[in-house]
Amino acid sequence: MEALVAIAIGAMSAAGMYLVLRLRTFPVVIGMTMMSYAINLFLVATGRLAINKPPILHGHGAVDYSAYTDPLPQALTLTAIVISFGMTAVVVLLSLGAFLEGGDDYIDMPEADRTERGEKE
Amino acid sequence: MSPALIAALPFLGALLPGLLIRSGRNVAAISCGTMSLLALIGLCLHIPEVMAGGVVTASFNWLPQIGLNASFRIDGLSLLFGILILGIGILIIIYARYYLSKSDPVGQFYTYLMLFQGAMVGIVLSDNILLLLIFWELTSLSSFLLIGYWKHLPEGRQGARMALTVTGAGGLAMIAGMMILGNIAGSYNIGEILKAKDAIQASPLYLPALLLILGGAFTKSAQFPFHFWLPHAMAAPTPVSAYLHSATMVKAGLFLMARLWPVLSGTPEWFYIVATTGLVTMLIGAIIALFKDDLKAILAFSTVSQLGMVTMLLGLGTEAGAIAAVFHIINHATFKAALFMTAGIIDHEAGTRSVRLLGGLRKLMPITFVIGTIAALSMAGIPPLNGFISKEMMLEEASHTVWAGHHNLFFIVAGVAATFSVAYSFRFIWQVFFGPEREEYPHHPHDPGMGLIFSPGFMVVLVVLIGLMPMTMAGWLVTASADSVTGLETHPHLALWHGVNPALITSAIATVLGAVLVALHPLLQPIWDAMPRPEAKTIFDAIIRRVVRWSQAANDALHDGRLARGAGMMAATIVLAGTFAWATGRAGPETRAMLPIQPIPAIGFVLLIVATACMVAFHRNRLLALVLIGIVGLIVSCGFVYLSAPDLALTQISVEVVTVMLMLLALNFLPKRTWVETGAWRRGADALIATAVGLGIGGLSYAIMRRDFAFETIANYHLSNSYKQGGGDNVVNVILVDFRGYDTFGEITVLGIAALVIYAMTETLLTGRSARRLTNWRHDQRRAGDRHPLMLVVATRLILPISLTVGLFIFLRGHNQPGGGFIAGLIVAISLLMQYMASGFAWAQERQRVPFHAMIGIGVVLAAGTGIGAWLFGLPFLTSNYGYFKLPFLEEIELATAMAFDLGVFLCVLGAVMLALNSLSRMARRTGEVINRQPMDVDPSRSKKEAH
Repeated sequence: MEALVAIAIGAMSAAGMYLVLRLRTFPVVIGMTMMSYAINLFLVATGRLAINKPPILHGHGAVDYSAYTDPLPQALTLTAIVISFGMTAVVVLLSLGAFLEGGDDYIDMPEADRTERGEKE
Repeated sequence: MSPALIAALPFLGALLPGLLIRSGRNVAAISCGTMSLLALIGLCLHIPEVMAGGVVTASFNWLPQIGLNASFRIDGLSLLFGILILGIGILIIIYARYYLSKSDPVGQFYTYLMLFQGAMVGIVLSDNILLLLIFWELTSLSSFLLIGYWKHLPEGRQGARMALTVTGAGGLAMIAGMMILGNIAGSYNIGEILKAKDAIQASPLYLPALLLILGGAFTKSAQFPFHFWLPHAMAAPTPVSAYLHSATMVKAGLFLMARLWPVLSGTPEWFYIVATTGLVTMLIGAIIALFKDDLKAILAFSTVSQLGMVTMLLGLGTEAGAIAAVFHIINHATFKAALFMTAGIIDHEAGTRSVRLLGGLRKLMPITFVIGTIAALSMAGIPPLNGFISKEMMLEEASHTVWAGHHNLFFIVAGVAATFSVAYSFRFIWQVFFGPEREEYPHHPHDPGMGLIFSPGFMVVLVVLIGLMPMTMAGWLVTASADSVTGLETHPHLALWHGVNPALITSAIATVLGAVLVALHPLLQPIWDAMPRPEAKTIFDAIIRRVVRWSQAANDALHDGRLARGAGMMAATIVLAGTFAWATGRAGPETRAMLPIQPIPAIGFVLLIVATACMVAFHRNRLLALVLIGIVGLIVSCGFVYLSAPDLALTQISVEVVTVMLMLLALNFLPKRTWVETGAWRRGADALIATAVGLGIGGLSYAIMRRDFAFETIANYHLSNSYKQGGGDNVVNVILVDFRGYDTFGEITVLGIAALVIYAMTETLLTGRSARRLTNWRHDQRRAGDRHPLMLVVATRLILPISLTVGLFIFLRGHNQPGGGFIAGLIVAISLLMQYMASGFAWAQERQRVPFHAMIGIGVVLAAGTGIGAWLFGLPFLTSNYGYFKLPFLEEIELATAMAFDLGVFLCVLGAVMLALNSLSRMARRTGEVINRQPMDVDPSRSKKEAH
């Protein structure tokens, strides 16, 4: 199972990276979303895989640690998922704004702005 | 008055001009002056105690873990410098009130001045070297503001930058030196360090620490070869020059050398570095000063020279040297402040500072003439003025200093420097005040009013009084400060007449030769001008230009405005670094057995891989890419369920829904296809990077999952205490709202800010060019005939109460079962979005009473309020409490304060999601989408078209 999860993480991050390297805004946004899936899964995986051991206590006596998976990465990932939504939303709006203001959806700086900035004073 | 309060008063005073400047510059000046005066009085109240040999201290813990405490001390040395800084500060405040013109922003000036004053007072009162370093950096920053005060002058800006670069770099070196010093002494407390002389001088790190600390002191005090910034700082308004270069900024380096004198001095290293640097600086500064034409440039180089003299005296490492040094610090402050202010008056009244254009002012400006002449004579060291006494003491010390086996070398060089000092002082007097009156002064010169005369006049009175009665006027202060510099009980004997000795004879010769030099000056100047000299500013500028060019080249190579370049390079670097770390590090053996692969997860895995592959293959069809991303997200959610993370699964799936909706709304305005624009090579290279990244992350996660925790996991703590301390069974939720509530609080704040950013961007996009583009929008997709279909409207209406109940349920159970504020917020958001989709945003918006901004705000405030509530019970921020309650007809329910926090999370998430999507819909409305009045309709624009 570990191998499958690792391959999935690798495949998603590779796809995400490839899309991030594209020229237009939309694929880059999609690529970042793919990257966040991969990273979130990776974060959960750092708590090691466990099946049927959700971190929800059964009783209130002494706790049998082996019956539960690590809750901390899950808590961190949960907020990460929500934050990555916020980030995606901002990036989507940025790309939309760039398209509406600039007239195209190229992600790179226009060629004219890319030339070497002269030494001013 | 507590030393801490004395140091704080100028900073408080810095706030006043900003508040009071509308009441006029008088009020601003008076308020600042009052604060300085209060601080000065507070300081003077400690004089009896300090004179009795006591040290006044006050200390507050700041960061005791790293040895940084807000500790202040007042001893003789602090007293001397404090009086100079605050006393001259008050005079400068008065002078500046009349000096600055009506068009200058006076409020800013006083604010900068008070900030600077506070930083200087902080340096001299610090009892902790880390605290001292903070104030030290503050002086660099505030002097930058002061030197560059006339922002419209390029010289001002360049001078300020140069001063900041040089003194800032020195400051950095000094931080390192102080760290070493503190480590050797085992404490950052100055009182402790001063006791550790033997340990410090025996340490092998003594020399590096000494060099680094002197690097800071020499740059600040403009010692050769770092002296070049000081003349360029003369572009500042004259009150600033008078303050910075007579009593404060440049004296900070001297102060530091005096402060650490007991532990650093007395070694051959100290003597050869400090005394030699001082002597060379003294000579070079004096020679250059003679050949300058600008009054302020003459004074600047004379300051360099005089600072060199004090440095040299401190470098001797003798008790008499230290006494002469502190005495000359006082004398230099008095006559140099008066001279700078005189130069300012001449500039103000005559309209020029060039000695070539001046002359004959003796009769036109008699008062200024008297003040300037007395001060300059003191600078030349002519009896009976105070400059004479300290110069005699200097020459006396120099006369029995042996330098590398040479008995007279030191003395002769000092004598030559003294000769040049006499020469430039005489030239100052001669060329400004004597000689013929000119016809063509830029302004008609005359003596200014009392406001400008008072401050230099006051200083000159001191010059004369100290000269005539040195023991009465300054003896006590010199004794107190020399005691704390040397750590011994000193008995300075300050007097005009010491009998005929080598020093007096040298003085006499120097005076005569100086006069001869002035007479010969017209002949010497052309020779000087023709002499090739390294111009410090040119070298400095060239170095800066080159550094800028290099960093720009590096920057352009990494970031040339193409995202892919930067992102690709970063990814490749990370992969390489990770590979290197993996190759050189040691990862333990694989200790965890693999979990068996079951059929259903295997199917999910295949789906995921296929969807990911399709994504890369078909991403050019953007709509299809969105569908695929939905699939990937769904399988990831299922994966979370399978991997014992139910909360994550719920969150992921609901985020998935809103993300896809958001992207769909955005895609409405974006091109629907991405065309092939890159060649095969480029795509191949990208694929290579992407594969490396995938292999890296995948391999890393595999390696992690196959090994046990390297350290004991803290998961057990959370599992054990989740119920006991947080009162919840769902450990993930308890971590979110309780154990790590602070993190969550930060995260919802970030989310709220993101939503507000989106809102603000939308506001911008709805005006200007993009708004015109939206108004003339031509949809490239066919519109649906039935925008708000009946079936959807009815279904969503039915679902609304159910989904809201589900949201409530998820929220309430969150503490014990999967759920909680985050997920409930997303679920409620989705159920509201369904209404928006069914009947249109505008229609739904009219029925929505609470603005989303308010929801975000209330959420954050509620979460913060819950945290602060714990303070009322004397508990740390965000400590939670809980209890169980029984309501009739319902099961026993638990109420925890964490639930109020969770409610804040809920509101913030809901508000943020809705605000983001609402912003996009507002753009859609701008494209001419018709707002429907009814909950469901056929496209009204269509029927209108048909009607026409």
